[in-house]
Amino acid sequence: MSLLKSTDDLLSLRERAIYALGVRVPGASQPQFRNDVVVCGSTGCRSANSQQVLKALQAQIIQRELDKAVRVISTGCRGLCAVGPVMQIFPSGVFYNRVQITDVPEIVEQTLVGGKIIERLCFRDVAQNKRLAHYLDIPFYNRQLPIVLRNCGLIDPQNIEEYIATDGYLGLTKALELSPEEVIEIIKNSGLRGRGGAGFSTGIKWELCRRVAKQPKYVICNADEGDPGAFMDRSILEADPHSVIEGMVIAAYAIGAPLGYIYVRAEYPLAVIHLRRAIAQARAYGLLGENILGSGFSFDLHLKEGAGAFVCGEEMALIASVEGRRGEPRPKPPFPAVSGLWNRPTVVNNVKTYALTPRIILRGPEWFSSIGTSKSPGTAVFALTGKIRNTGLIEVPMGITLREIIYDIGGGIPKKRQFKAVQTGGPLGGCLPASALDTPVDFDSLTEAGATMGSGGMIVVDERTCMVEFAKYFLTFATAESCGKCVPCRIGGQRLLEVLTRITSGAGTPRDLDEIERISRNMREASLCALGQLTPGPVMSALRFFREEYEAHVYDKFCLAGVCKGLYELHVDADRCAGCGLCKKACSQDAISGNRKEPHVIDQLKCIQCGACVEACNLDAIVAQPRGKGVHAIAVA
Amino acid sequence: MPQVNITIDGKKIKAEAFKTVYEVATANGIYIPALCHHPALPPEGACRVCLVEIERQRALQPACTFPVTEGLVIHTNSPKVREARKFALELIISDHPLDCMTCEATGDCRLQDLAYEYGVKGNEYTGGVQHTYPIDDPNPFIQVDRNKCILCRRCVRACNYINGVEAIGIVYRGFKARIAFGMDSTMQDSPCEFCGSCVEVCPTAALWPKMSLGKGRAWQLKKIETICSYCGVGCRLNLHVRDNEIVKVTGADGPANHGFTCVKGRFGYDYVNHPERLTRPLVRRYLLEGGSKAATDHRGGGDGKNGDGLLATGNAAADFVETDWDTALNLVAHKFAEIKRNYGGDAFAALCSARCTNEENFLMAKLTRQLMATHNIDHCARL
Repeated sequence: MSLLKSTDDLLSLRERAIYALGVRVPGASQPQFRNDVVVCGSTGCRSANSQQVLKALQAQIIQRELDKAVRVISTGCRGLCAVGPVMQIFPSGVFYNRVQITDVPEIVEQTLVGGKIIERLCFRDVAQNKRLAHYLDIPFYNRQLPIVLRNCGLIDPQNIEEYIATDGYLGLTKALELSPEEVIEIIKNSGLRGRGGAGFSTGIKWELCRRVAKQPKYVICNADEGDPGAFMDRSILEADPHSVIEGMVIAAYAIGAPLGYIYVRAEYPLAVIHLRRAIAQARAYGLLGENILGSGFSFDLHLKEGAGAFVCGEEMALIASVEGRRGEPRPKPPFPAVSGLWNRPTVVNNVKTYALTPRIILRGPEWFSSIGTSKSPGTAVFALTGKIRNTGLIEVPMGITLREIIYDIGGGIPKKRQFKAVQTGGPLGGCLPASALDTPVDFDSLTEAGATMGSGGMIVVDERTCMVEFAKYFLTFATAESCGKCVPCRIGGQRLLEVLTRITSGAGTPRDLDEIERISRNMREASLCALGQLTPGPVMSALRFFREEYEAHVYDKFCLAGVCKGLYELHVDADRCAGCGLCKKACSQDAISGNRKEPHVIDQLKCIQCGACVEACNLDAIVAQPRGKGVHAIAVA
Repeated sequence: MPQVNITIDGKKIKAEAFKTVYEVATANGIYIPALCHHPALPPEGACRVCLVEIERQRALQPACTFPVTEGLVIHTNSPKVREARKFALELIISDHPLDCMTCEATGDCRLQDLAYEYGVKGNEYTGGVQHTYPIDDPNPFIQVDRNKCILCRRCVRACNYINGVEAIGIVYRGFKARIAFGMDSTMQDSPCEFCGSCVEVCPTAALWPKMSLGKGRAWQLKKIETICSYCGVGCRLNLHVRDNEIVKVTGADGPANHGFTCVKGRFGYDYVNHPERLTRPLVRRYLLEGGSKAATDHRGGGDGKNGDGLLATGNAAADFVETDWDTALNLVAHKFAEIKRNYGGDAFAALCSARCTNEENFLMAKLTRQLMATHNIDHCARL
């Protein structure tokens, strides 16, 4: 450990650090270790036992006396969360997934000693129907463009020197050689738009803040990622915390702030640990604190853990929470750039925005604006979840279509089911139907199509999802998370939820459809903050694109997807049923009868619509139908 | 502050920059309804009743918080604005008891006035969830009825910014949000000082003085402005009187108090019509009759004290008897002069009260020092 007093100190440390990174640097000469095995240590893979696998691997390597030649490193998220725990072997690039402790001796024997690939641990690509050994062969990876995620799954997030080896803090040295105005100019020219969701120009925000005469100023990192199904920011903080810290130091230098806060969810314990360690290391190396790298610029950083309120992702509520008050937004203007934390000029940016900043400074605004589209330059990070094969974390250039993300990178919908919709922008975003799959992914196109970019959650649903119920889920979340300050959000959200509950329970009336539109329109116009204004988003977009489903619930009392209890009956589709009897076994009510290899029948008087047979059937032969038909059928029989 | 040119409802207006739209409009005679906003409190922007349409703004904006800048074009009464205001009012009414017939605030209720103005006739969301909170705060002064609370947070702000006690806050989120006292205990167990500023600003009957319950409603009461008699601050008060009985006291806009007052001024009025209240001067009988105390004292068991009640009945010469002011004051003056003559000025001492005005205290000092020729004067506020 060494205190870096100048850029030269950093550069000479970087030389040593690059050597220490060994075979993970392409074309490394005379590396200390023959192989580096990186095991994903992010939350997803951890929950699939990756740390036990890692320990077993280390033990095995020591036992085989390979510890001078092979090194095991716990990294951040490698992206392909669906098939965790994952590991990658450098320098060959061999990628193993679903690794169990029992696989460890074989990995050491076959691959690390023998240099052979273990076929069954390789990623299985369904489209090509074959196992792919190298991570770059996998479409999930080779279609991506990692800038924010470039270190994720490569470096040890708890070791600042590994970050320095991968150009870490080089952007900062370059920024410190420029004037703050020049830094702002670069960010402005790059066209970087805030990655939190609103897409406001980061450069203009910084410029506004710099121009305000009041002192002191503050920079805040909004790491209060609360969308269900979103884990972009968490993964970045876990996997590459220094990229965020470096971005914040640059922003602080640009606006002239001596102090910054990272507002991170307390529900992200690993991110908190990694951040604390990263801040302590940055301080110890002189990259935070007094006179950073001998530039005369001083800046320090505090961590503030959020207490679990979704609304604290709204910047004014976040600021109130940092101040120790109840996390509630206040009307804007004044904007935080003018009057933010403790009524001082404050820049609030998302994790990904800060993580992009050092790269833009280092590689120039032209490089950044050459990626993506002209109005939304750069890349977008998404957490891909839902009914999709390759659940995980991805980074793609802006302008890529939803179809490419969902089918090429995401691997399509499992169980041969039909794509129905994709929800972007989390609970405050919107859903898009199959007809919008060729929409380019950027701030303006998604908004125009009826959804929002949001912070990067992307939830895919298939034909078995009821869009009314799906919208109701997000609405339930948003109303529960409303702070309760303004009337339209506090009571309007509740009333809207009551309308949707009526519809999904079969008590909906035609007037309710108008009511949804009226409440939504007014909530959007009259609410105080983005939470209230966007709460009706999922409901409105679902009504716009899937109106027939709402109407079926209201007029026919029928839930096509077979989700809303009491609004469907389950029937066996005789054409699809192979008579395997799995459904019969799964039924707790003895409602299913039929001979082997003959189509089965469900007794509607016994069926309680629990859905166990639907889950059990491998052929999707059990389908939802409007109520009444079955009773009639029995009567006839 | 620089002047800016703005347009409200087609009217060109010069205004001081960064004043709120509400302030500028109101000062120029343009009406904007407001519910959570109170001129004595910092703006909150919570009720959304003062929403206005500002050109080139994405959504409707609250007039109470939006600062005016050069070139703003504002519409205060467009169909969109009226729809949004009515929407907000309907939502509030949908979670509000419609018991106006028996409600204390009827006739003096901001919500009722606005419902009238916007034609909100009843609950538009029948069947929706409504809150049913118990009305059970045990304190002696203020009734807390959360069912009538519209979460405008005027009380929260009055407690924080006017009295500086911070006894009131909001707990829970979303539809479950409600006001709470202290650490969500009762008003009684919270740091509340019962100044009643919260009651003063409450636009409904969610906070109401317990002493005034059932004693009459706004139009039945006569408002009489007066100055509080409790201390030298001189709060201006409105006494609400029915049949010559004070049933409620509220703060009036005076230079010393700007519409607010303390627990004594607001709730300490029941002495006014109290049967034991002294309304005429009393002197001891022997003083009036020119006798001496020792000669007439036969009730105190020889210890010089006159026993238990000031107005003790019986025929004792030491009992108090009512007299007129001239007699009483002459007697006091006479006695003061006698003390000074017989024992010197230093035998006299005066203790003044904080309940008196500055002028009264000044006169007392003058009397003590110049007429009685002693410095033996002190004041209770020294404690």
